[in-house]
Amino acid sequence: MPKQQHLRKILVLGSGPIVIGQAAEFDYAGTQACLALKEEGCEVVLLNNNPATVMTDEQCADRVYFEPLTVEVLTKIIEKERPDGLLASVGGQTGLNLALAAYNEGIFEQYNVQLLGTSMQSIQQGEDRELFRALMHDINEPVPESEIVSTVDEAVQFANVVGFPIIVRPAYTLGGAGGGHAYSKEQLKEIVAGGLAASPITQCLIEQSIAGFKEIEYEVMRDDNDTCITICNMENIDPVGVHTGDSIVVAPSQTLSDHDYQMLRSASIKVIRALGIVGGCNIQFALDPSSNQYYLIEVNPRVSRSSALASKATGYPIARIAAKLGVGYHLHELKNPVTAHTYASFEPALDYVIVKFPRWPFDKFKDGNRELGTQMKATGEVMAIERNLQAGLQKAVRSLEIPVDGLKVASIEAIATDELIQRIEIADDQRFFTLLELLRRNVTIDTLHEQTGIDHFYLQHFKRLIELEQSAESLEFEGVDRDTLYELKKSGFTDVALAKALNTTEQNITQLRERYDLYPSYQQVDTCAGEFMAETPYYYSTWGTKGDHHLTEKPSVLIVGSGPIRIGQGIEFDYCSVSAAHSLKRMGYETIMINNNPETVSTDYETADKLYFEPLTAEDVIHVAKRENVQGVLLQLGGQTGVKLTEALEKAGIPLYGATFDVIDQLEDRGRFYELMQTLDIPHIPGTTGMNAADTEMKASEIGYPVLLRPSYVIGGEGMAIFTSEAELKAYLNDSLNEVAYPILIDRYVAGKELEVDVVTDGEQCFIPGIFEHVEKAGVHSGDSMAVTPPYSIPDSLKETIVSYTTKIAKHVTFVGLFNIQFVYENNTLYVIEINPRASRTVPIFAKITNIDLVDCAVQLLLGKPFEACVPSVGLLEEPSFYSVKAPVFSTEKLPDVDMLLSAEMKSTGETLSFGSTVEEAFQQAFAWKDDQTPKIYTEKSGSIFVDAGDAQQSLIRTDLEKLEQSGFTIVQGSSEQFNEWITTEDARLYVSIPDLGSKHYKDQREKAKRNRIQLTTHSETLHALVQGIDFKERHSLSLDEWQKKDLQRT
Amino acid sequence: MKGYIVLENGEVFTGKIIGGNESGTYGEAVFFTGMTGYQEVATDPSYRGQIVIFTYPLIGNYGIQDYTSQSEEWQANALVIGECSEEGYHYLSKKSVMNEANNMNVPIIVDVDTRALVKCLREQGAMGAVITTDLDGIDWSNYQPVDEYPFVKEVSTKQIETYGAGETHIALYDFGHKRAMIQELTQLGAKVSVVPFDTPYETIQHLDVDGVLFSNGPGNPKQLEHELHIYRKVASAYPTFAICLGHQLLALAFGADTKKLKFGHRGANQPVLEIATQKVDMTAQNHGFVVDDETIGHSEMQVTHVNINDGSIEGLKHEELPLFTVQYHPEASPGPKDSHPLFHQFFASIEKKKEVTIHA
Repeated sequence: MPKQQHLRKILVLGSGPIVIGQAAEFDYAGTQACLALKEEGCEVVLLNNNPATVMTDEQCADRVYFEPLTVEVLTKIIEKERPDGLLASVGGQTGLNLALAAYNEGIFEQYNVQLLGTSMQSIQQGEDRELFRALMHDINEPVPESEIVSTVDEAVQFANVVGFPIIVRPAYTLGGAGGGHAYSKEQLKEIVAGGLAASPITQCLIEQSIAGFKEIEYEVMRDDNDTCITICNMENIDPVGVHTGDSIVVAPSQTLSDHDYQMLRSASIKVIRALGIVGGCNIQFALDPSSNQYYLIEVNPRVSRSSALASKATGYPIARIAAKLGVGYHLHELKNPVTAHTYASFEPALDYVIVKFPRWPFDKFKDGNRELGTQMKATGEVMAIERNLQAGLQKAVRSLEIPVDGLKVASIEAIATDELIQRIEIADDQRFFTLLELLRRNVTIDTLHEQTGIDHFYLQHFKRLIELEQSAESLEFEGVDRDTLYELKKSGFTDVALAKALNTTEQNITQLRERYDLYPSYQQVDTCAGEFMAETPYYYSTWGTKGDHHLTEKPSVLIVGSGPIRIGQGIEFDYCSVSAAHSLKRMGYETIMINNNPETVSTDYETADKLYFEPLTAEDVIHVAKRENVQGVLLQLGGQTGVKLTEALEKAGIPLYGATFDVIDQLEDRGRFYELMQTLDIPHIPGTTGMNAADTEMKASEIGYPVLLRPSYVIGGEGMAIFTSEAELKAYLNDSLNEVAYPILIDRYVAGKELEVDVVTDGEQCFIPGIFEHVEKAGVHSGDSMAVTPPYSIPDSLKETIVSYTTKIAKHVTFVGLFNIQFVYENNTLYVIEINPRASRTVPIFAKITNIDLVDCAVQLLLGKPFEACVPSVGLLEEPSFYSVKAPVFSTEKLPDVDMLLSAEMKSTGETLSFGSTVEEAFQQAFAWKDDQTPKIYTEKSGSIFVDAGDAQQSLIRTDLEKLEQSGFTIVQGSSEQFNEWITTEDARLYVSIPDLGSKHYKDQREKAKRNRIQLTTHSETLHALVQGIDFKERHSLSLDEWQKKDLQRT
Repeated sequence: MKGYIVLENGEVFTGKIIGGNESGTYGEAVFFTGMTGYQEVATDPSYRGQIVIFTYPLIGNYGIQDYTSQSEEWQANALVIGECSEEGYHYLSKKSVMNEANNMNVPIIVDVDTRALVKCLREQGAMGAVITTDLDGIDWSNYQPVDEYPFVKEVSTKQIETYGAGETHIALYDFGHKRAMIQELTQLGAKVSVVPFDTPYETIQHLDVDGVLFSNGPGNPKQLEHELHIYRKVASAYPTFAICLGHQLLALAFGADTKKLKFGHRGANQPVLEIATQKVDMTAQNHGFVVDDETIGHSEMQVTHVNINDGSIEGLKHEELPLFTVQYHPEASPGPKDSHPLFHQFFASIEKKKEVTIHA
């Protein structure tokens, strides 16, 4: 059946800011869906307040609302736009929950809006545990013993019958938030209480644990005519018990016989038919490793992280096809866009193996609880494609960009065997490396299997890696013959790792390899294992094969992507990479993307002309650059991942666009940076470099406390901290957990107003799209502070100084393209804190607000176009008449033990963008970004607010507290005992927890507030912004272009 | 041992040979794209005379298991594999693929660039190949092309064998059947008599069967030209279902023609559209020959199913008789079980015939 003609205008719901459990995969799905709908001639209206996304670009949607994801706003938009259809299945749990809430309020019926794809009834049947279980009973599919509870007592009664361990899964939560494994009654009570609070419908599923079973997933699609296909199955290396988002996953399954595979495939199809899904669906099974007993664990009746992974793993674009099924097509009517010859109604066959490895935030959250369970903790993931599992695992590990030396982690090597054996019993983020270390120490596979439940098949492959590593270590470099080197390369060892093992230099290994004529070949991901010719140039590297690679005549440019989503380097750099690909295509270049993040738009094979799914180490990037004979490489759009490669690529003779290593060094090296600032007569904060602990202590005393410590070449403030005394500093430097790397930068801490700009320059002239003024003072990481543009509290003269300094820097530094400058203003002095020679977090935001494609400007300049031809104006762009607020969003409920006190080290995972005619309005919209996140002080008229504040803070918050009192709230101050009492009261609205600088007071209280889901504010400036928004109640919902039009009318 | 797989067109691929003999192993090179099911493939009589290339690179992971083989022996002449697991990791695994290949005296060549090999076959069509350690000793006269060599005679049962004890008695014409077919029939309550490929009509009559299933098998259907008159007579007399080679034979028997596909369909993901419902099933397939769609107009058969990818014929039914045939494998093993309802359809046609007989 072709498209339903009455669907002319479609409203698409996005997933909002990135949080753990809901990351870039929904930008990928949303972008695909929007483009698919536009291809069908639909007008696309989008609601999504995440500005860092590709889907909120004008190419994807005809109109974009950066508005709160609330039923109230959704209703207003529906009333105004009158869409024919609504697509909710690409907006993750957030989009689905929002649609569900609106549906339950009768909005769909009232405005005659058709939900595309799966019906609401089916969605509820998949999402609501009880309905789902009843359905499974009806169709005779097994589900584990379980019960829905809405009180803690019910949970305890269930446990008395079935025994422990028990899994707790709250209904309708992201990444299983609030769930966990309970091994005792006490644990059960605690987890269930938290889970009930996390669930928007106050329901938890508690079930008998099937930990230790194999965890297998199927991605299934169904059309309206009941044709069903499975796109891919996946096997978690970690058995049931670890959230699939936190598991190392392979595709296709490796340890399932055809009988097992087809048994679960048939069950998947039975389930998707029973649910009546139209579109995509993810089905998770637990399979007994020693019988054919299986259980259904979970069904996601929408596209998901796993469907993004399956799409990248197979080449089959699930979200795109699902959108087309949603408007009426049947599977066999749609072409398979990868082959362009065959149809969408088939099941991909793989001739390679996929490894997905999660990226966890524990490099940032040293205090975080690293144990993995049913609650997802990873912020992102990488995917590797190879012809064998060893090489796939190695590629995945090096794509993570974590401090691993080959396959070794120094901190694990230092621990005794017994302790390591004990440690692996409960999964944590380091378990893979711990297992490798134990294999190095000759601990048997049987022991490891007993401790972890991981299948012998995988442990045997891990062991093979260690055998290869040890065989390399036993060799002399001089004696390495071609076959030996080939075997090692084929198993995924990098030149760097081999240099270390063979005790020689990387250069020597590379030269030897080149002498033996050993280079990777590139094979196509074609959905059909070579059976048909495929048009899509989507490649991965392997060794010892002929490959499928085709060179094209056109001059080509390589774009280095940003790897896995991690705190500090998020989806914004993917946006920049994608924009660059579009820009280069328009200029007539062949665009080549290299990246390893399966969640993103950049790794959609339709984004660039060619896609290389590869790790982003120098060796991997150089191989591709040379193979493609690229005209140049763009490094400044992939965050720090790209910039870090500058030196190695330069040495390898690869032509680069943008900053040379010397320029980067000039900005990163303290001495050279201060010299530069002095030459330009720009004030800089006094600072120096510490070479070791003693040196750092001495130099910190010379500069004078408080000081700010930060490692060079990092993003997201990793290892950044403020110290108010020598004792604090000493304790920090001597704590091995902190892994302090020298040389380290030491700055005087200036508690001033932070400001930042993004700049486009050709090295002579520059263009500044705007200035962001940070709400919180310096000391809160710029990624965690709220920021407002245009600035709302600084004099025009200061703006002029900012422009003047920026212009001076742009002219003096040999740099073309995009860079970012952070300033701090204190006592009438404007200091430059740092210059980042790359795109930044705020580039997509400025691009959206100003409607100027900044990345396009930069790319054109980098490729040699004159400034006048590609940049709209010189200097600072005229300020708009409306305010835009960028606000951080945290995933802290997923990360117990992480203190929510904002500091120099970044903690947020995502951000929202909101607009207002006044700054107060924009603040209000920023805080009330989602129904269940809207501050209680905005929705309630009375209640109590508990205040803990340091001596120096009292005067700063007095006015705001008075305002809250005037608004009807009671202010409570008191001891921690009184706090404990307050936190359980019904009318607890807000916890104000503002210790003095450098102090971490009230940490326990913050932790409790977090667990009880009480809103928390930790800085006086944030409190002020929050209180400023309190009076604002009603407004119209305006799309971005309406804000811009309003602005034009003014001028 | 270092070895080679050499194609008839002269292309040479290197690898490591396990097993085999000095004079080399010859066969028609074909590729299988399913990601699981290597044991079923190795033991499927339809692969007689062929060297099977697995496109999925990791083979042998779950070992060799009881009750999985589709026949007593390994049928393929040789296997070509990217990486073969030294052990089987599965609770049902009894031995490794390598051990079993050794027992069955079937050579395996591993560490081969299977994708390049597949692309070669995709572009130039299925062709002869040899697995050898001695490039100079290749003698193509040792190669028995499946088009010409009567493999069905080798693999068909020599005497009638009976399985199950159900009410419905089905004769299974054996051209090299897979065990899964018998399992499907007996599970649905049939008694199955497996009969030699050249069993005369009178024998079938004597067996007093309720229906007939024509099985799959190796090679070119036209090699059985002399038997077609029997098949026509049998299929005209009993409710009939035919699979793969059986489907091609009945097409020939009822007036259509067959031809060879360039490189065949072998895998677990072939999409087949049922014309009446417009529904698509994922099917298991393994065939190099196909019914020529241009000749259907002159035959007594009608097209019921087509392949989505290349439009080739996947299913036929007789204009009047209770006779239907499919090119693919509803018994799967290996592969998806989407078209399993065809067995129910077969049983329904038998029941209908019984009713008619009773009322008449």
